[in-house]
Amino acid sequence: MQIEPTAEAPVVPAPVEEAPLAPVKSLAGKGGFRELLRNTLRLREGKIGLALVLFVLAVAFLGPFFAPHDPSTVIAAPYTSPNSNALLGTDNLGRDVLSRFLHGGAVLLLLAFAATVVGVGTGTLLGLIAGYRRGFRGEFIMRSLDVVLSFPSLLLALLFLSLLGPKLWLIVLVVAASHTPYVARVVESSTLGLTGRGFVRYTEMIGLSRWRIMSGEILPNILAPLTVQFGLRLTYSIALIASLAYLGFGRPAPAVDWGMMINENQANIVASPLPVVVPIIAIAIITIGSNLLTDAFGRAGGIDLGREGEA
Amino acid sequence: MIPVRLAYAALSLLVVSILVFVATQALPGDAAVAKLGKNATPEALESFRNLYHLNESMPAQYIHWLGNILQGELGNSLATGGSVSTLISQHVVNSLVLLLFTGIISIPIAIAIGIFTAIRRGRASDHVTSITLLVVTALPEFVLGVALIVLLATSIFHLFPAVSPLDPSRSVFSQLELTVLPTLTLVLLVLPYIARTVRACMVEALDSEYVSMARLKGMPERRVVLRHALPNIAGPTFQVIAQSLAFLAGGIVVVEAVFQYPGIGEAFVSAVQSRDLPVIQALALLLAAFYVIVNLFADVGTVAMTPTLRKGAR
Repeated sequence: MQIEPTAEAPVVPAPVEEAPLAPVKSLAGKGGFRELLRNTLRLREGKIGLALVLFVLAVAFLGPFFAPHDPSTVIAAPYTSPNSNALLGTDNLGRDVLSRFLHGGAVLLLLAFAATVVGVGTGTLLGLIAGYRRGFRGEFIMRSLDVVLSFPSLLLALLFLSLLGPKLWLIVLVVAASHTPYVARVVESSTLGLTGRGFVRYTEMIGLSRWRIMSGEILPNILAPLTVQFGLRLTYSIALIASLAYLGFGRPAPAVDWGMMINENQANIVASPLPVVVPIIAIAIITIGSNLLTDAFGRAGGIDLGREGEA
Repeated sequence: MIPVRLAYAALSLLVVSILVFVATQALPGDAAVAKLGKNATPEALESFRNLYHLNESMPAQYIHWLGNILQGELGNSLATGGSVSTLISQHVVNSLVLLLFTGIISIPIAIAIGIFTAIRRGRASDHVTSITLLVVTALPEFVLGVALIVLLATSIFHLFPAVSPLDPSRSVFSQLELTVLPTLTLVLLVLPYIARTVRACMVEALDSEYVSMARLKGMPERRVVLRHALPNIAGPTFQVIAQSLAFLAGGIVVVEAVFQYPGIGEAFVSAVQSRDLPVIQALALLLAAFYVIVNLFADVGTVAMTPTLRKGAR
């Protein structure tokens, strides 16, 4: 169980015995972070993860230029088997599976990236404030986020999307909102561990503003756990956004999306598995890849991958 | 500690209920006109509004709505006109059956895998298991479900039906073959979390001084693991199991939709698709309540099982 600061915790940073008041740059500064990235890619897990992620990114972003047909045009009878005109056959309406597949990844991945940036960004900001200022403000932020945590994120997303319609900004926002509390928790506890350290107290004494301290002193020192969070959250964003599209709450019709392709063709999966299997494999490869990469990074930095609440 | 946790759980449920209420109120349109039709007389509309408290302020409407829910009156489905509680009761039973099977199968296997890999830490079997679990955790629910359909219900191995629409006239226990694939998917969803946590805690316990002490006394390794290390990881293990089951409140929605299994998740998705508000409200509240209560249970149980936390409890 996470040990949380009580309301009575002192607002002033507690005196630290061992730390001399010198401007020591600690832990992973910028150089340390680069070193960490290099170590990550030395691990076999990291190499495989990076290769898998790059492969899917290449397919998703370069694919549209190589698609042989328009993704929405009917080119043959529904569920035609693979032939020279349609290398992967056609789907439930007779559209080219290969072209739809090549067009279906880019927006999904961009949305996932945007949602992760927004969610991790807000989580970091709230976590920094809660961890550095502590006291009433910190308590209030963390307790409000606990309430958000009490609702399964998929339900929240479905509820809002069903009421307001499948809008791009809304998808990004609901997915981002589901990340914020988890990121804030990690950032808060990392920040709490730094507030009493010598270099932070030094900058306080020379009178730097709180924002300067938070952004210039604390943030660079929590980059490693933050990167792990970003990786975990990105994997989860891809899963959640693809799931929403699969359930029929993605972008509306002319748009193509891997989740939507699986939904459209699942009914005929026994006779014609390709239109389902190809996007399934793509989603599996990128989520597995980013998970392996994140795990390798965490191992290289000796960071505990608290995987709590990946739901 | 525990009273504070209880208060947070109650507050969470209250916020969730306000959220569900406000979200559904935000929809455009007049409920009275929608229900009685455009040709209804002004008097009829007025009496309808009075009957359902539609003329009152939003907070007053919320109080009425919450009062009805607490008395078990969930209203009528807009799609079928039937009472929501009768409509969802069978779905609740079906989902609980899945949850029960998932728990019975995944918990012992996950604990066994966790202990086994911790004992063999660093060996090939540990690495292979760790990577496999890591790969499975990465996959979204629907990808796991559809992958199982492709592997076990199509041309490769035709062992189970590809979809699981239960026959509503028969009990779920007489059509258990339809629950196999949904249960398997849910097991694969929760098992990696539990196994990884058990392994991490067990590794820590096996490195501790009391385990060294027990070994130095010449105690058989089996007894060291089962009698000395295992009781010490009971708290976190219990917590991760309860959290995983709570997490299924979200996971079950997708998995049931994949297999068209008529549980609350599938009912929620189809209600959302047809915008059947009373059903959406009831199911969203039900799933959120399950999530909050199981999480509460997880925290309280963990405190009760961990003596050091118990002592520090206020």
